[in-house]
Amino acid sequence: MIITYFAWAAAITGFCALAMVGRLVAGPTIPDRVVALDSINTMVIALMILLSLLYDSVVMVDVAIVYAALSFVGTMFIARHVEGGV
Amino acid sequence: MEKAALILLSIGVVFNFLGTVALYRFPDVYTRLHGTTKCTTFGSIFTSAAVVVYAIQMYLRTGEGRFATLSVHVVLVILALLISNPTGAHAIARAAHRSGVLPKHAVVDRLAEDHRKKGGVSV
Repeated sequence: MIITYFAWAAAITGFCALAMVGRLVAGPTIPDRVVALDSINTMVIALMILLSLLYDSVVMVDVAIVYAALSFVGTMFIARHVEGGV
Repeated sequence: MEKAALILLSIGVVFNFLGTVALYRFPDVYTRLHGTTKCTTFGSIFTSAAVVVYAIQMYLRTGEGRFATLSVHVVLVILALLISNPTGAHAIARAAHRSGVLPKHAVVDRLAEDHRKKGGVSV
């Protein structure tokens, strides 16, 4: 059944998001940590979409839209702060 | 038709995993940004496209409205990713260069030369 493959894809995506936390903790400079955080946000959005199919809830996709917008704002703000503007 | 969703899903998962590997294996922040952001954006778009294809196929088979709703909303998420992710990556790279983090093995730094020539922001 094809839904099993979607479950495996969600598992691998979640594993990737967890594995990126290592770079978030150990990154030598601040931009490294921002890159890791941005990638984790992208992976969480992909995971939410896969889980919304698996759990049959469209609400999770709407949450993913809002999460994408908020993570974009957060990334821009941290970049601005690193740059020295704020 | 089921094969199409499966192929899209496989491409997306492989690229997401390669993005994770790139985050660990590259030497400095610019190469990490290059590998990770492109790979995760590409992979996430492909896994979302797999969900769209599967939902459209289920809608055509069963005729339930929730699958149509799911596919339309996932297309909205793909548009949001497509706009917001490259913009964020560009902002991070610009902020990293301005905050003094230099490429590790680079011989020339054309952006710093350009700034120096214009006499603008000191990098």
